[in-house]
Amino acid sequence: MIIRVKHIPAVLLSTVIGLSMPMVANAAGGGFALEAAGNDVADIASLQRGARNFVNYCMGCHSAKYIRFSKLQETLRLTDEQIQENLMFAASKVDETMRVAMPAADAARWFGQVPPDLTLVARSRGTAWVYTFLKSFYLDEKAATGTNNLVFPNASMPHVLWELQGLQSATFHTSTNEETGEITEHFGDPAYFESLEQVATGSLSPEEYDQFVRDIVNFLDWAGTPEQLERRTLGIWVLIFLLVFLIFAYLLKVEIWKDVK
Amino acid sequence: MSEDNGLSRRRFLTVATSITGAVGAVAAAVPFLSSWQPSARARALGAPVEVDLSKLEPGSMMRVIWRGNPVSILRRSETMLKLLAGEKADLRDPDSDVLDQQPEYARNATRSIKPEFLIVISNCTHLGCVPVNRFEVAPADLGPDWVGGFFCPCHGSKFDLAGRVYAGVPAPTNLKVPPHRYLGDKTLLIGEDAEVAA
Amino acid sequence: MSNAPANAVPEGAGRGTRLLAWIDARFPLSKMMREHATEYYAGKNFNIWYVFGVLAMVVLIIQLITGIFLTMNYKPSAEDAFASVEYIMRDVEWGWLIRYLHSTGASAFFIVVYLHMFRAMLYGSYKKPRELLWLIGMVIYVALMAEAFMGYLLPWGQMSYWGAQVIISLFGALPVIGDPLVEWIRGDYNISDITLNRFFALHVIAVPLALVMLVVMHILALHETGSNNPDGIEIKENKGPDGIPVDGIAFHPFYTAKDLVAIIVFLILFLGVVFFAPEMGGYFLEHANFEPANSLKTPEHIAPVWYFTPFYAILRAVPDKLGGVILMGGAIIVLFLLPWLDRSPVKSIRYRGWGYKGALAVFAVSFVVLGYLGMQPPTDTYTLIARVCTILYFGFFIYLYIYTGSEQGKPVPDRLTYHG
Repeated sequence: MIIRVKHIPAVLLSTVIGLSMPMVANAAGGGFALEAAGNDVADIASLQRGARNFVNYCMGCHSAKYIRFSKLQETLRLTDEQIQENLMFAASKVDETMRVAMPAADAARWFGQVPPDLTLVARSRGTAWVYTFLKSFYLDEKAATGTNNLVFPNASMPHVLWELQGLQSATFHTSTNEETGEITEHFGDPAYFESLEQVATGSLSPEEYDQFVRDIVNFLDWAGTPEQLERRTLGIWVLIFLLVFLIFAYLLKVEIWKDVK
Repeated sequence: MSEDNGLSRRRFLTVATSITGAVGAVAAAVPFLSSWQPSARARALGAPVEVDLSKLEPGSMMRVIWRGNPVSILRRSETMLKLLAGEKADLRDPDSDVLDQQPEYARNATRSIKPEFLIVISNCTHLGCVPVNRFEVAPADLGPDWVGGFFCPCHGSKFDLAGRVYAGVPAPTNLKVPPHRYLGDKTLLIGEDAEVAA
Repeated sequence: MSNAPANAVPEGAGRGTRLLAWIDARFPLSKMMREHATEYYAGKNFNIWYVFGVLAMVVLIIQLITGIFLTMNYKPSAEDAFASVEYIMRDVEWGWLIRYLHSTGASAFFIVVYLHMFRAMLYGSYKKPRELLWLIGMVIYVALMAEAFMGYLLPWGQMSYWGAQVIISLFGALPVIGDPLVEWIRGDYNISDITLNRFFALHVIAVPLALVMLVVMHILALHETGSNNPDGIEIKENKGPDGIPVDGIAFHPFYTAKDLVAIIVFLILFLGVVFFAPEMGGYFLEHANFEPANSLKTPEHIAPVWYFTPFYAILRAVPDKLGGVILMGGAIIVLFLLPWLDRSPVKSIRYRGWGYKGALAVFAVSFVVLGYLGMQPPTDTYTLIARVCTILYFGFFIYLYIYTGSEQGKPVPDRLTYHG
């Protein structure tokens, strides 16, 4: 045997760790590939912009109800005045959480369903999903909102950022039945997606829009796991401590086992 | 000689390992013990409370809840203030010498910032019951010497109109004055000290 | 001498000695220390496979402590459960750490328990006289699965809800009593607040209590028969003039020192996950579980958490509901019978024939493959592979019974092999 029996646990452990990597890009949608967001939660300026974008463009309908403004203030390093003036419209105290003013019943009537809370969307869907979702609205005259989405087909959410991004049209491949020669259209089916084309420009350039969306995603990434920076920093210290402990314990073991012949 | 070295090496490693382990155990206990601290939500709910005093008539009292405890706000009338200034020999702590029972700015004859307004936490310092208002003078049950104050129904502790405890009752100290400050002429903020002006 | 009465303490003995004597006269403290630590002798040739028992104990303690602290802030109601978990993660001081320790601990528990069980198969630790030790261990394993399953409902996310829906529905496959049984388990017509509340009670009180008692029994049984070792030789059969097994060393200080090293290595890996990858790419904390439970919308792809997937793959491999449930249950029950299916007198794989070595390897691989397939959506190819692996899984036990009737192994030595 090449792998000795005593080494199998180590091999198994590394297999488990290795296996977990491909699953990072979860919830991939059909034939349309998700684009990595490339955000950085340690970038405070980006988080500040993302929070502002979220409050201005998303929080009309979507809450982030597990986030306290006070926690946001602390992370974004804002003063009382800054957070009051820029981020808190409906709330009056920093201890409150990020809720929406729109009553749920009205929302359900207008959109067909209550817009979901977004605190954990980056955890449940992944940052790449949110990033691509916000970039892949295209014109669809059959849709009630006038637009449809490649990542989330038939989403009831309108393209709220269209004034910034402009409008895109999408083309889809057709398929030909080999026996009958019949050609089938697949408009709106992400599996047959061909390309996106800008048909009307928005107030932001494509690069500016990408950054705008990336900032929102960055904010949502933080919102899903606000402890992540603190966690990693602490983790390093914990591991350093354990390595020191390991050295002592190992030397002690060797010392004690000297007697075993 | 070499055996001695071996023994001292072993002793050193045993001690080093034990100490490191103990340090680790203590550090590991910290998160668990800290989790008993008031959470962010508890702190949010315990945030300072704003009170509008404009509708409070002289001689009457209102209650607000701050951090889950009843806070009494008594607007003392001229008569009450006069009665308060009288005899204080039978008080246990007439000059508020127990410093924990009030902020420094309320350590005066009326135990308040403005003489008119008394702000106290209405939990008896004996065992936490809520004393009732007995503002009338010399009622039958409290005797002819009673000049108005608070009476705790649980164990009979008595307090005057400044929340000061009388001698000879179970309660050990005066009623507690919470941190507070005035935002305007008739607006009060309970839960934040007067010195801490944000 | 060891049972000397308390008043036999020599003149001028220190306070510590006297206190110990006082206790020993009333509680067998020193006696227990000797029986289970300083005079418990184990083979000196334990390898890395022998650390998973103590690691399982470490994880049990982690789960008990973090569990108790989670209970202090968790709300077992359909209305509040999801929000209370987020409250723990955000508002409670250090709540995120306590929660990640518990969620990672669940997976860690199964990793060490599976390796611990595989060790028993490698070295024949379930064989006479340790059959009961193995059976108690199997009961622990089943209790652990129940504990993990009920615990997974508590966060009340989409995977909690639909995972419980699928697993509880399995009982509906039983003829006649199936449907009433399912209703009885749920206490409602669907999975609801009532189900959550009773699962909470079982998860935090009933099953942990049973687990702790079973673990005590497991250790008592182990210390009665003595530990097996990688050579599968009974060290008690070769004692020196002092009555101590020639190849045995005292658990304390030798194995306490060695286990401490193993525990620290384990903690490095475990805390590495807790601090740097608590979701473990969706294996330890499934992504869909960050959406609150919704009884009207099933997630696109439901898979149980990884530690159940081998059995889940067997369930799916069978094209019949009742048949699938029976086979899945059978996959666990057959493990209970292992001491009687393996008829070979040789314990350790070191002295067994290639027929056993090969079969065990095939068994291990098919178990891992089934585990992988259980996480994947069922395609035709995957279902076919799952069927092959299911046959191999059960085939191992049938083969084992037949093959070990006449196994030709290598001669077993009299003494342990130990290379300092």
